[in-house]
Amino acid sequence: MQWAAILLPDLALDAVRRSGVDPHAPIALIAGPPQRRSVQSCTATAAQAGIRSGQSLAAARALLPKLITVDYDAQRTDALRDLLVAWAYGYSGEVAVLAPDALVLEVGGSLNLFGPWSAFERRLRADLADLGVTHRIALAPLPRAACVFAHVADGFAVTGAMQAALRRVPLVQSRLPEDGLALLASMGLRRLGEIIDLPRAGLTRRCGVTFVERLDRLLGHVPDPLPLYRPPDRFEAKIEFEAELRSLEGLQFPLKRLIGDLCLFLFARDGGVDAIELAFLHDDCAPTTIVLRSPAPERDAAQWFGIARLRLERLTLPAPVAGVGLVARELPPFVPLARGLFDAGAAAALDWPQLVARLQARLGDGAVKTYLPAADHRPEAAFTTDASVSSRILTGPRPLWLLPRPIPLRDRAPHILAGPERIESGWWNGREACRDYYVLETSVGQRAWAFRPAGAIDGPWLLHGWFA
Amino acid sequence: MSAVVADVLRDPRIWQGPRHAQPQVEATGHAALDAALPGGGLPVGALTEVLHEYDGTHELTLLLPLITRLTQSARRIVFVHPPYIPYAPAFVAAGVDPWAMHTITNCGDEGLWATEQALRSATCALVACWPKQANDRQLRRLQLAAESGRAIAIAFRPARVAMTTSPAAVRLHADAKGIQVLKCRGGNAAAQRIAIQ
Repeated sequence: MQWAAILLPDLALDAVRRSGVDPHAPIALIAGPPQRRSVQSCTATAAQAGIRSGQSLAAARALLPKLITVDYDAQRTDALRDLLVAWAYGYSGEVAVLAPDALVLEVGGSLNLFGPWSAFERRLRADLADLGVTHRIALAPLPRAACVFAHVADGFAVTGAMQAALRRVPLVQSRLPEDGLALLASMGLRRLGEIIDLPRAGLTRRCGVTFVERLDRLLGHVPDPLPLYRPPDRFEAKIEFEAELRSLEGLQFPLKRLIGDLCLFLFARDGGVDAIELAFLHDDCAPTTIVLRSPAPERDAAQWFGIARLRLERLTLPAPVAGVGLVARELPPFVPLARGLFDAGAAAALDWPQLVARLQARLGDGAVKTYLPAADHRPEAAFTTDASVSSRILTGPRPLWLLPRPIPLRDRAPHILAGPERIESGWWNGREACRDYYVLETSVGQRAWAFRPAGAIDGPWLLHGWFA
Repeated sequence: MSAVVADVLRDPRIWQGPRHAQPQVEATGHAALDAALPGGGLPVGALTEVLHEYDGTHELTLLLPLITRLTQSARRIVFVHPPYIPYAPAFVAAGVDPWAMHTITNCGDEGLWATEQALRSATCALVACWPKQANDRQLRRLQLAAESGRAIAIAFRPARVAMTTSPAAVRLHADAKGIQVLKCRGGNAAAQRIAIQ
């Protein structure tokens, strides 16, 4: 195992810079209650003017009147961290956030693809620079040790003699709990090497269990389970327009971008999606929500966009659109349809699920049915579209066409070919059928399946099917 | 045949009549009907019209052996907006695999659109439709869609349209006495009725 640690010392400021502020301007992040607002962190240009973290806002303003102050926004910082974790997931399957400012990724398995480490590291740094994130990177056989090395020396990489390198690390930079470090410093201990060999019982008594456990994890003496990152199981994105859109044509471009983002996300986590919820936001009324469905998980952007366009044709919007939101809640695994190499119809323009999705987008959900036999003697209940209840029972002759509901047979003297077949069932759920079925031939030669009430010798025929 | 004749036949300017095109066909499974159709079955990638005046006069039995064979080899059948419910117990009793037989309902005026989509997708072996009003242009579109999707397109139409022209490759007439071939591309329409059980 080889772990790369990426420290993000200035994450909150980076998040502010990414939102479009001039990166060279003196910026200070302000936090704290309204009465005692103080500087949390500041850029290098602000620091040159004497601004330090912990300073009160008034003092900072006095030192540098043109200081740009931005309120610290935890949400914005978290969003950037999430983005970085998702980005790191592209390089390794094992990514974890060890501390709010540190993420680690297992790179031993990725070196074959991206390596050697020097090239891999350059690649990571280039990506992070593109993202506009301040960073320190180090490599070590253990994740916490890698964090420490990144803290001590940016770019440090150790593969073999990790313990020896760890012993030389100053205690103040060891990222161990602060209170324990303060105590050890007051005892005159300066380096990690000096406490590694101390008797554990005494160390535990003085610094606490947590401190010793953190130390053991750092050294690799006890297992260190990491909360590994898993890509989220839902996708949410939103675009708000500067001006309201009145036409559906104008919606196509933002929709295409949203669906494109979704499909990229699905591709990265090797998933698909079978239902997308689209919300059209209006300024003065509740959003219009539509659901696009596909019978099988799908991740082809063109396919989803085609479904969306067909669905939009049927849509009338109550008001101009101020924004579009897209939510995909369930992301089942994507299984590409297997097709034989020498299949005659290999040039299929659409897969069957894609065809069903297109048809249902235009004709409405449930427009494509698969009728299966059901175990019931009543003809109207002997078929189902629900695969879970499908089964069959053996019966007499049955027609290929069934009328949705029986109608009077308009024929004066039909000729009886077969029958009667008594069907008497369904008394338990109130839709009782008690009929004698006959196969008839009408005067023009049609073969009909018709019934009379059970036991009736004459009377009107009720037509229930055609032997077509 | 002498070498001279063979030479002449190789000339692209010579049109060889029925032998010229050998369309791919799927046998209907009714021996007498297959014998009357050129190639021995319904053409694949073309439109076949079944004209009938009344319901319940063998119009579906005509296709049943073909539907059975196609579904059993896991090839899809689609009924677009049929006039009645395809009664699953009867189809299963005839040997049809109901999982490969699908019905598109709620079409409204979109029946021809749905048929065309199903034909073009090339995922269906046979698409049957019941167009309420179909003009020559629409039927030609179905014919082209069937060609591009290599599927069998079937249009069930009332018998009174027999006198109007149609782009369909095969036209059959079904009534209580049997099936009559009204038109078949690449062959001569047989005059006699073929009984179907």
